[in-house]
Amino acid sequence: MNQKILLSGNEAVAQGARAAGVGFASAYPGTPSTEILENIAKLPDIHAQWSPNEKVAFEVGIGASLGGARTIVCMKHVGVNVAADPLMTLAYTGIKGGFVLVSADDPEMHSSQNEQDNRTYAKFAKIPMLEPSDSQECYDFMGEALEISERFDTPVLLRMTTRISHSMTAVNIKEWQAVEVTGFEKDIDKYVMMPNFARPRHQVILKRLERLQKFSEETSLNRIEWGDKKIGVISSGVSYQHAREAFPEASFFKLGFSYPMPLKKIAGFTDKVEKLIVVEELEPFIEDALKNVGIPCEGKKYFPIYGELNPSLAEKGFMEAGFLTAIPDDGAEPVEVLPRPPVLCPGCSHRSVFYALKRMGAHVFGDIGCYTMAALPPLEALHACVCMGASIGMATGISQVQGSKRPVFAVIGDSTFLHSGITGVLDAVYNKANVTILILDNRITAMTGGQQHPATGKTLMGEDTKAVDFVALTKALGVEYVEEFDPYDYPKTQEILKSATKREGVKILITTRPCMLFPGKIKDESYRILAADCNGCGVCFKIGCPAISKSGDVTDKNLAVPVIDETLCTGCDLCAEICPVDCIFPVSELQKGEEVTS
Amino acid sequence: MSKSKATNQTMNVLIVGVGGQGVLLASQILSDVNLQVGNDVKKSEVHGMAQRGGVVSSHIRFGKKVYSPLIPNRQADVILAFERAEALRWVHELKPGGYMVVNDQIIMPPIAVDPKYVYPDGAIDELKRKVENLNVIDAAGISEELGNPRLANTVLLGALSNALDIDESLWKEVISRRVPKATIDLNLKAFDRGRGR
Repeated sequence: MNQKILLSGNEAVAQGARAAGVGFASAYPGTPSTEILENIAKLPDIHAQWSPNEKVAFEVGIGASLGGARTIVCMKHVGVNVAADPLMTLAYTGIKGGFVLVSADDPEMHSSQNEQDNRTYAKFAKIPMLEPSDSQECYDFMGEALEISERFDTPVLLRMTTRISHSMTAVNIKEWQAVEVTGFEKDIDKYVMMPNFARPRHQVILKRLERLQKFSEETSLNRIEWGDKKIGVISSGVSYQHAREAFPEASFFKLGFSYPMPLKKIAGFTDKVEKLIVVEELEPFIEDALKNVGIPCEGKKYFPIYGELNPSLAEKGFMEAGFLTAIPDDGAEPVEVLPRPPVLCPGCSHRSVFYALKRMGAHVFGDIGCYTMAALPPLEALHACVCMGASIGMATGISQVQGSKRPVFAVIGDSTFLHSGITGVLDAVYNKANVTILILDNRITAMTGGQQHPATGKTLMGEDTKAVDFVALTKALGVEYVEEFDPYDYPKTQEILKSATKREGVKILITTRPCMLFPGKIKDESYRILAADCNGCGVCFKIGCPAISKSGDVTDKNLAVPVIDETLCTGCDLCAEICPVDCIFPVSELQKGEEVTS
Repeated sequence: MSKSKATNQTMNVLIVGVGGQGVLLASQILSDVNLQVGNDVKKSEVHGMAQRGGVVSSHIRFGKKVYSPLIPNRQADVILAFERAEALRWVHELKPGGYMVVNDQIIMPPIAVDPKYVYPDGAIDELKRKVENLNVIDAAGISEELGNPRLANTVLLGALSNALDIDESLWKEVISRRVPKATIDLNLKAFDRGRGR
């Protein structure tokens, strides 16, 4: 079997894992990494699972590896922060079955809260790193990474970026191989990291780094492509592709194995070129390493330290460095077109909650998920968002110092609550905080495209399982006031939010409507606006529903009359509930009315 | 000193629209067709937050050897826009003399209820002034004539195919593989209607 197919980087990692005999894969979903596990779940012979967060995913991965299975654990860049604790010490213990951590970074923050450069983690944890630059390398490097992991007894970081994860490029698919699970072998000195065992392990790591350094000098993962010797370009990952696109005639040093770096080989390359230019996205990771050992080079002087690189930015950098001349650009200027920011879906069960919070004038501490979009106009009803689970801690902290005179809420989704909200509740109860926590339970991990989690009753592999009961869970944590409510009932929503803020202590309110998109699209009967009765007050525009737009007609006072797109409307009826002149009705009701009149 | 490379042998197609319009399926079919004729192909788009009603753009590049998955600024040989305002948003990425297909449809962004944001009513006229090789096509109207509103995508692919030197039968083979079985015949008709324009 040898066929060429188009795969995204994420699909290629999944296929590469299967080809290399991976037996276990775990993850918590997070853009741009999510599709790796979704694709692995479709393949035979691999146990794939969503874990409640990245730390747990990493830890079950350690267990699988110590049991002798080849293992991969996948997450987005910020997920590695959550898993950093076990990562730093797995570097000490080493592994049994090959262990690869896939980190998918998000330069440009297409779908993230920061754009940290996770190459730094390889150096921090003293573990080897591979950086694929297209899907073929994603596929091949997975096998290489597992071999390196087992040969050097170390976890390996496979560092991807959004552009690698989500671009599709051609891949040659090979035969699959089966690798046996070799079984756990007791080795207390190696696997029990208490001080007297950990001290000698740190020495082992340092020796391992020396051996890895030697490997880096020799491996074909690091290759030289000779061209014009006036300029040598050193690059890795997708930056290499942008740089080659912009300047194909240059000589290239392409790093595939980018930590530890092959410094001798690079020094040899540098000797043969007139000038060495480093092209890398985000941090000067390569540049600093080279300058540290006295290899003269330039990089961040010409290429940005923030955002995503692209071939035009690469070209601009080469121009500034004096290697390319600009040709006059007679191209058209971009046209200013109104923005099209992402929005909560029509019928989204979060909408009424945020509309009510806004009307209350509340200070809202938010979290990571679709509902973060409530910070955007017209709702603008979410006022802080830092990282997964932070909402509860932030709301607790502000209440402890009485830092707000308005009602304060923490708002967190179901998947995020299970990821890292539970400990926040524990803290609030323990420290007797006065805080109201809203769990927006739409029964799926929605933002990343509809993944199961411990409260949905389904596993990644599609099996039925236990579902967490949020009421019982939070009561067990010591919360006395726990209420569920239907967010489609707007008056009730307003009432329950108001009454909770009047109570002392920790209050938990849980919504009860599922996501409109996942696991299946929900669409009930559409509503319609009786334009003749509309006074143009514009209240229905304020909820930010994509199904409601200006019809083009105006009232006699020249105010815009709205119209509902009946193909988009799901019938949640929030607009009808808030309409002050009561002119929005289900379509069938209006039709019935018409029949009666005619 | 080398000259800056404005172009190379790689063909650049940019497909743009609004989340949920089928941009990704169209770019998938175009990529498959090119892989089949033996081209190196790279296709890139960003998933995630943008899918919630935001702007979607897909870069498809093919030729003998493709490096970057992203089209350099103003180097699109062809732009296929699924929506009027999106056509205007991206038109500056078209190479001088490039070909542009525009679906004659308006999808009003929810933000336009705020009087600060105005939808460009004269989008098509402005595009006509900017692009010599412009093909405005009422894909929704054609799909309705064919009896299935979901065919707009394939009509637009047909119009796009005019710009590429690829055998018609290959397009049809790939489309037949990618669309639901029951709709193959209709999709092929839709492709013909687009290609005839």
